[in-house]
Amino acid sequence: MTREIAVVAFVQTRHRTREDGLSEVEMLAPVITEIKERTGVNRFGFTCSGSCDYLAGTPFAFVQALDAVGAWPPISESHVEMDAAWALYEAYVRLLHDDIDTALVYGFGKPSQGDFREVMTQQLDPYYLAPLGPDQVSLAALQARAHMERAGAKEDDLRAVAARARAAGRDNPFALHLDDPAPDEDYEVAPLRPYDIAPTTDGAAAIVLAAGDKARELCERPAWITGIDHRADAHGLGARDLSRSESTRVAGERAGARGVEVAELHAQFTHEELILREALGLGDDVTVNPSGGAMTANTVMAAGLVRIGEAAARIHDGTAGKVLGHASSGPCLQQNLVCVMEGEPRG
Amino acid sequence: MPSSPNHVLEFPGGYTRSVGPVIGRFLSELRDGRLMGVRTAAGRVLVPPTEYDPDNGAAVTDEWVEVGPVCTVESWSWVPNPRRTHPLDRPFAWALIRPDGADTALLHALDMGVHEPGAGPPKQLRTGLRVRPKWRAERGGHIGDIECFRPEVTMINAPTRLEYELRPGKALDRFLEGISQGRILGHRCPVCEQVIVPMKGLCPKDGVPTAEEVELPGTGTVTTFAVNNIPDPRAPEVPFVSAYVLLDGAGMTMLALVAGIPADQVRMGMRVRAAWRPREEWGRTMDNIRWFEPIDEPDVPFDQIKDYL
Repeated sequence: MTREIAVVAFVQTRHRTREDGLSEVEMLAPVITEIKERTGVNRFGFTCSGSCDYLAGTPFAFVQALDAVGAWPPISESHVEMDAAWALYEAYVRLLHDDIDTALVYGFGKPSQGDFREVMTQQLDPYYLAPLGPDQVSLAALQARAHMERAGAKEDDLRAVAARARAAGRDNPFALHLDDPAPDEDYEVAPLRPYDIAPTTDGAAAIVLAAGDKARELCERPAWITGIDHRADAHGLGARDLSRSESTRVAGERAGARGVEVAELHAQFTHEELILREALGLGDDVTVNPSGGAMTANTVMAAGLVRIGEAAARIHDGTAGKVLGHASSGPCLQQNLVCVMEGEPRG
Repeated sequence: MPSSPNHVLEFPGGYTRSVGPVIGRFLSELRDGRLMGVRTAAGRVLVPPTEYDPDNGAAVTDEWVEVGPVCTVESWSWVPNPRRTHPLDRPFAWALIRPDGADTALLHALDMGVHEPGAGPPKQLRTGLRVRPKWRAERGGHIGDIECFRPEVTMINAPTRLEYELRPGKALDRFLEGISQGRILGHRCPVCEQVIVPMKGLCPKDGVPTAEEVELPGTGTVTTFAVNNIPDPRAPEVPFVSAYVLLDGAGMTMLALVAGIPADQVRMGMRVRAAWRPREEWGRTMDNIRWFEPIDEPDVPFDQIKDYL
């Protein structure tokens, strides 16, 4: 029998494009403090984080972040060198073991400390891609063209995505408040213009998961995880159909994405939202990225977790009954995680 | 990006990696100037090769296939301002490039020639473009042994130049002498009495020599014209109008530019006047007359010019 597990609390920083003089631990600590206060829980059955050591350029940087959590007496802890949405997945699986009731998940990143595009080049395969030095935006632009040529989307369609995201972001106190995209901006890497590219931000986010009655105790209206799945496409960009996201499609089907009212999609480029909507079969009746999405705050290694948190918040506040949080990792939407949550547990 | 880093992460001398038999074979062939793919059990040819079939993870076969050198662009992005780490320091494309005979594409840089920094994508660049690798002279078994890809040759440009010293002939020489003094000279035909300008020393109608000089005014009538949309170094802008102008008193038309009026407002029968360049710019050339400009006179009825079209 599968345990009922829910997102019971979500906290995030105000995401910022500029370095603010805080260390990663200093940036993270208030978030952890706040989520402990909000849930009243000080010790968690399991703690799992997502971050990327290359953002600070120091090995085991994530270990130092444990100072913000408090690791004495010793805690049960794990880390993924990925977006913290995958840390949430690990915590979810840990909770299925049935011997603990709570888990703390957090993610953080300060891409402002280095050249983020060069950092991302290091994640590419070291034989065929990384030695050529292609940057993340150039690769995304290949995918944008592949999608536009297959689906018939135009650059105006991309700008419309940016405009909607920015309008929504201006209503989100944690996101960047960006002006409407100017139609005459030059290409950053054609066919992408600067407004098609999510602004990387510094920030952190935390989520508390709880099981069964503990979840009901900690949260008036828990966001029950009714389906969660993650899939990967081939790493080789030329070995897959870049115009589609097959891994998202499968993950969405397995997680039960059908019928969601709100979807928070981790689209870091405007065309990615179009690809993800198609892969998940989201119709015009689904509210996509009411937070503004990553296009208004792309906090590296936390933006995917934030998507799950923002989606869960619609359950917590009673504005939606079934929601979806999506996270992505790797070049050109290589890996995708879909987390479906509902206001009441199923079955 | 920090302009002066206070912390650097670096592997001095580079990071050493073993490549294994599949990637190693590919890179060895690359060093020898060959592009090779490996066949999967399902029959697909992978380039660049991996040890596994990306569709199902099954091990690939030992069968190697030479592919290319001609390849097809499957998708591309255009970099108007290359970054420090990019392989070219001028605008170029990243492209997914599928070699002929392969079922997958490899990523590489595509050099589309010299473009100014910030330039937009060139028209020739498109999905489906046929390209070939440009091999480095000194190769070491590295994806960079291909310096970049370049479009297939579909056109050549051959410089052509012959030099002449043309003599205009006595009549035209005399005409140009007049032009160099700001005068438009013609010859009157002794038989038909029409004035021929520029004169040729012969009446093209009667075939008799002509010698009687007549000076014509710089005014005339447009008999017919063409709107040109291809740039010409002599014309003010595109579109420009070339017209037959019947100078007052002349019996035949002269080909000239018409300017000083939007191209779509030029009309048959329109009255025009020669616009001379400043006197200090004059030489023995028709360029002394920059073009003809409209004058504020009623149009000439078609009947009066219908024989000069």
